[in-house]
Amino acid sequence: MAAGNEITAIYYIQHHLQNLTFGRHPELGWKFASTSTEAQEMGFMAIHVDTMGWSIAMGVLFLWLFRKAGQMATTGVPGGLQNAVEMVIEFIENLTRSTFHGKNPHIAPIALTLFMWILLMNTLKILPVDYFPELFGRLGVEYMKIVPTTDVNATLGMALGVFCLIVYYSCKVKGVGGFAKELSLTPFNHWLLIPFNLVLEIVGLIVKPISLALRLFGNMFAGEVIFILIALLPFWAIWVLDVPWAIFHILVVSLQAFIFTTLSIVYLSAAHEHH
Amino acid sequence: MNINMTLIGQTIAFAIFVWFCIKYVWPPISSALHERQKKIADGLDAASRASRDLELAQEQAAQTLRESKEQASQILEQAHKRSTQMIEEAREQARAEGERLVAGARAEIDQEINRAKEELRAQVATLAIVGAERVLEASVDEKAHRKLLDKLAAEL
Repeated sequence: MAAGNEITAIYYIQHHLQNLTFGRHPELGWKFASTSTEAQEMGFMAIHVDTMGWSIAMGVLFLWLFRKAGQMATTGVPGGLQNAVEMVIEFIENLTRSTFHGKNPHIAPIALTLFMWILLMNTLKILPVDYFPELFGRLGVEYMKIVPTTDVNATLGMALGVFCLIVYYSCKVKGVGGFAKELSLTPFNHWLLIPFNLVLEIVGLIVKPISLALRLFGNMFAGEVIFILIALLPFWAIWVLDVPWAIFHILVVSLQAFIFTTLSIVYLSAAHEHH
Repeated sequence: MNINMTLIGQTIAFAIFVWFCIKYVWPPISSALHERQKKIADGLDAASRASRDLELAQEQAAQTLRESKEQASQILEQAHKRSTQMIEEAREQARAEGERLVAGARAEIDQEINRAKEELRAQVATLAIVGAERVLEASVDEKAHRKLLDKLAAEL
């Protein structure tokens, strides 16, 4: 879409960055938000249908593919799908073995879920930015942002899941008392410094999921904005910038998925360690 | 960017996906992988064992070959020796037989000669007597001269 004037451009960008929101409007009741302002007014009691839909679709796609490969898995010569799946599994297994120092058979599947899910969600970004908003617009759906990881809710949601796992494993391995002791008596092992330690440790604990979420969200959102800006160029000039940026994003997509996964394993590993 | 229920929804989705992955996705693939790993390791092991066996068998075969060659040459040598011995024996036997034959023949000849001489002697006596009778034209007392003539014949 060529920018006729500034208003159109701003509208175009805002439109592409707005999620399809379903929620309870203070005055209008339960409905799909028809404008950004309406979505904002809905507050917390709203849900991004596109984010949820696409992310669940990607998660199901991942589980379905891997489940299928698992059912067909033979110990003989593997086929194409099984080969690819096994490559990922082996990669995750190695990553877990080198990063995670405890003994917990659930860490590798958790890492696999994170990695494949984020990778698939990020990959949606390679699709041209106009296709799905246009398609759904024709079908009468006003907003459609298909990349879930450009929605801070999605990344923060996953990070919250990881945070719960960190707390759960910390309590499981060290006991609730042990975990509380770790929070209050490190880094300074003196009862007078307990409040100071608590502040330090709790901030450190909470920063983990927030940094995870914001890193992924920031990278993906910035990339998306650039794609949208490139799409504002005249149609014959788009590919000049779009192609290199998309190729570069193949790297970013997998790298961000990898970083999220690795850091999650590192955090979970730390949760398993006794001090 | 507004934080809303999507956050909770995503966390729940994440939890379900993780649960599903732990329960149904990871175990079959992982076990298949490890089983294959074990199978390949076993295969490699078997291959190395087989090559070791092959080496051993080759060595054994070479050893057997060497031994049998040695044995064959031994047998050959023995046979050679035996044949030489047999030839020698046969030759010895043949010579002995020949000598025996020659000796027999010689003895027979001697005997024959002796007999002939005996006969001749007997005849000579008779002949001499007949001759003498003819010469003398008279009867000679055979009994008187017989002894004399026999003596003469014995001197022959």
